[in-house]
Amino acid sequence: MIYFLIFISAIFVNNIVLSQFLGICPFLGVSKKIDTALGMGAAVTFVLTLATIVTYLLNMMLVAWHVEFLQTILFILVIAALVQCIEIILKKISPSLYQALGVFLPLITTNCCLLGVAILVANGTNKLPMGADHNMLTGTLFAFATALGFSLALVLFAGIREQLAMNKIPKAMQGTPIALLTAGLLAMAFMGFSGVVG
Amino acid sequence: MNKGLKTLTNGILTENPTFGLVLGMCPTLATTTSAVNGMSMGLATMFVLICSNVVISMLKNLIPDKVRIPAFIVVIATFVTMVQLAMQAYVPFIYAKLGLFIPLIVVNCIVLGRAEAFAAKNSVGLSALDGLGMGLGFTLSLTVIGAIRELLGTGCVFGAHIFPENYGALIFVLAPGAFICLAYVMALVHKLMKNN
Amino acid sequence: MAKLESTFKNMALSLTCITLVAAAALGGVYMLTAQKIATQAEEAKNAAKVAVLNGVEDGVAIETEADGFGGKIKLMVGFAQDGTILGYEVLEQQETPGLGTHIVEWFKNAGKPGQNIIGRQATGAFSVSKDGGDVDAITAATISSRAFLKAINSAYAEFMKQQGVDVSTGATMVNTDAASGATQPCVEHKDGCCEHQCNHECHKEGCCKEEMEATK
Repeated sequence: MIYFLIFISAIFVNNIVLSQFLGICPFLGVSKKIDTALGMGAAVTFVLTLATIVTYLLNMMLVAWHVEFLQTILFILVIAALVQCIEIILKKISPSLYQALGVFLPLITTNCCLLGVAILVANGTNKLPMGADHNMLTGTLFAFATALGFSLALVLFAGIREQLAMNKIPKAMQGTPIALLTAGLLAMAFMGFSGVVG
Repeated sequence: MNKGLKTLTNGILTENPTFGLVLGMCPTLATTTSAVNGMSMGLATMFVLICSNVVISMLKNLIPDKVRIPAFIVVIATFVTMVQLAMQAYVPFIYAKLGLFIPLIVVNCIVLGRAEAFAAKNSVGLSALDGLGMGLGFTLSLTVIGAIRELLGTGCVFGAHIFPENYGALIFVLAPGAFICLAYVMALVHKLMKNN
Repeated sequence: MAKLESTFKNMALSLTCITLVAAAALGGVYMLTAQKIATQAEEAKNAAKVAVLNGVEDGVAIETEADGFGGKIKLMVGFAQDGTILGYEVLEQQETPGLGTHIVEWFKNAGKPGQNIIGRQATGAFSVSKDGGDVDAITAATISSRAFLKAINSAYAEFMKQQGVDVSTGATMVNTDAASGATQPCVEHKDGCCEHQCNHECHKEGCCKEEMEATK
């Protein structure tokens, strides 16, 4: 049950984009078409879950050696290296998957979702439903659920923007402003979930 | 000298990171719940921008092209951690509020963007000015957005009451208000820029 | 100076050097700030301790925490010897701005007795009116209010424990702090326990364990 709640909490209640403000750049950048949004979402889900596991283990080493201050620098390098590795491996073993996700991979390194979630989970400060312990299992589930939440927000947003593209918009509002306004309304809708999981 | 001045004002006005280049949206939305928070975030980012720009400009000939991105990231992450440690030591209250978004300066597109687009090609002096200009531009935008959200949300600016005690459309300090407020401020800036 | 070529040797060398210098610089800054960061938290706690005791000399300050709406809520709570709440300070919270953040001052508003907990006798069972209790919750922030009261209740349990009262059994066993080895006065037990100082557990039947053993 608690594992189910982790999913509800991370996808709806504390949606990473709409309530935690992480990963806004890809949210605004690759949300013009539903297809690309799905691709980006899948790539983020894959990398985020993997990166969280790797950084969680590395953080245990940092803590053991009392060099926690190297966390930021180590995590970002590991994430960059990991993304690179995934790109190479995908290219070798699954060219079709590479073709689908490949273009998004380089963009992921600077997606603050990744570093953000990695730091939150490693420090045990990620938002879990009441009663859940902070450990590797819940951390991994949290990362996976967070990525699903990111994908959901991205796909919903892309759907709205596809419709929006056909409308006439005042000149000053065109581009980013109207996108932000739409995101604001979406965030308001997601606020309705707050309190669902205590 | 003229070129220096142009570099400086470029970041504040023409290529303002928030309104012109539309970079660094995450901290812009997340940390502007009040004017003070926005300003602190802006200043922290400015420090990192100036330092990383200077160091990267100094090292630009020592870093082979193919490894420049990881090298830049190491330099940036170093300064970010320094800011993080310094804030924890001297302004723990502000650090507690900005929390996660301090280490996340590393992945703020402005910092890596300026390193790549400016510092890697220009002299140390100009790079410092570019960092200062961009940093000031970012700080200015964040402070303005923070002040507007604080005013609409709680009736205060910098903690000082402007509207009566119980006034406040709370939505503006919450997540949706961040998006909506930024949207309108950006539209206004675009409108004003066009008229000039 | 010409730009270094992207040969493998150059790349490895340049990255290694940069990383080493960066690590060394960070180590330096860490050493400079570590002391300050450590004392900073301590100082804040001490200031909170002084504040929550409100000038009462034999009051007890207890640190406590509970899971709130946005994260951990950490409190410092001051109790008088009789269990009256002298004051509280919020050490850490990540509640929703404008709603849950009101925990900082809501429960010490002397003008509103329904929500004020200062000066009340702690019972260990404070709860919000919605749950049948007698403390008014923050408007639209029931979860934060519940968490806050839960923290206060666990602080009271800790206070009672420190006072030598095991709240879980309700027995008034008086224990001396064995870990510190400090001599504590044996408080009079309800069926006539010894009143003098002893280093050992106070036995139920009326005397210090030490004495019991000596008389055996």
